[in-house]
Amino acid sequence: MASNSKTLRSPLQVARGLGSAKHGTEHWWSQRLTAIALVPLTVWFVFGVIRHLGADHAAFIAWMKSPFSAVMMILTAVVTFHHAQSGLQVVIEDYVHVEWQKMALIIGIKFLSFALAAACVLAVVKIFIGA
Amino acid sequence: MANGSGRPLSPHLQVYKLPLSAVMSITHRITGVGLAVGTLLLVWWLVAAAAGPEAFARAQGFIGSFFGLLLMFGWSAALYYHLCNGIRHLVWDAGKSFELTDADRNNKIILGATAVLTVLTWIVGLAVW
Repeated sequence: MASNSKTLRSPLQVARGLGSAKHGTEHWWSQRLTAIALVPLTVWFVFGVIRHLGADHAAFIAWMKSPFSAVMMILTAVVTFHHAQSGLQVVIEDYVHVEWQKMALIIGIKFLSFALAAACVLAVVKIFIGA
Repeated sequence: MANGSGRPLSPHLQVYKLPLSAVMSITHRITGVGLAVGTLLLVWWLVAAAAGPEAFARAQGFIGSFFGLLLMFGWSAALYYHLCNGIRHLVWDAGKSFELTDADRNNKIILGATAVLTVLTWIVGLAVW
C-alpha cells in the first residue's frame, strides 16, 4: 500500500484488521460486553438471592413466575456462563502449553458452560410456564 | 533489577515480594475461576426449583448448612471483588487511571468496597433470613 510501504500485510488483511489470531478483537470485545452487562445483572441477582435465602419452594416459584424476574434470571445465567467460558479460555491459554491439552480443556469448558447455561434456561422456562 | 544489560528484568516470582497491585491482579483471575466453579451452585438451585419442592428443599438445606454458608460467604466476597476490580478493568479499557497514584488509590477503594459490600450483604441477608 502506498500509505504504508513497509508493511508485509496485503491490503485485504489490513482492511479486515484481524491480525495474527485471525479473529481480531472479537474475543476481547465480547468479554467486555458481557462484563458491562453483568454489572446490573449481578446487582439484581444478589438482591434476589438475599430475598430468597430461606425461602420455601412456593415463594421461589412465585418469584420466577414474574416475567421480569424470569428474563433477568435467564440473562444472568446466559451472560454469566458466556463470560465465565471466555475468561477460563484465557486462563487456559496462559497456563496450559501442551497443544492437545489446551484444546481439550477449552473445548470441554465451552461445552460444559453452554450445557449448564441451557439447563438454567430450561429450569426458568419450566417454572415460568408451570410445566 | 540490574542484569548487566541495562534492560529491565522480570520479577523472580519465588523471591520477589509482589506489590499490592500485582497481588490484586492475580486475585482478579483467581476469584474469576472461583466464581466459575460457584456457578454450579446456581445451576443446582435453579434446576432443583424446577424439579420440585423436595429437590428445592435439599438445595436450600445445603446452602443453609455451615459448609454452604461458608461457600456462600467466600462466593459473595469473590463476586464483589471481581465486580469492583472488573469495573477498574473497564476504566483501564477506556484509557484512564494508568498513573501509579491512581492505582494505589483504586487498590484501597476496591478492597474497601469489597469488604463493605460483603459485610453489608451478610448483615442484610441474615437479618431478613
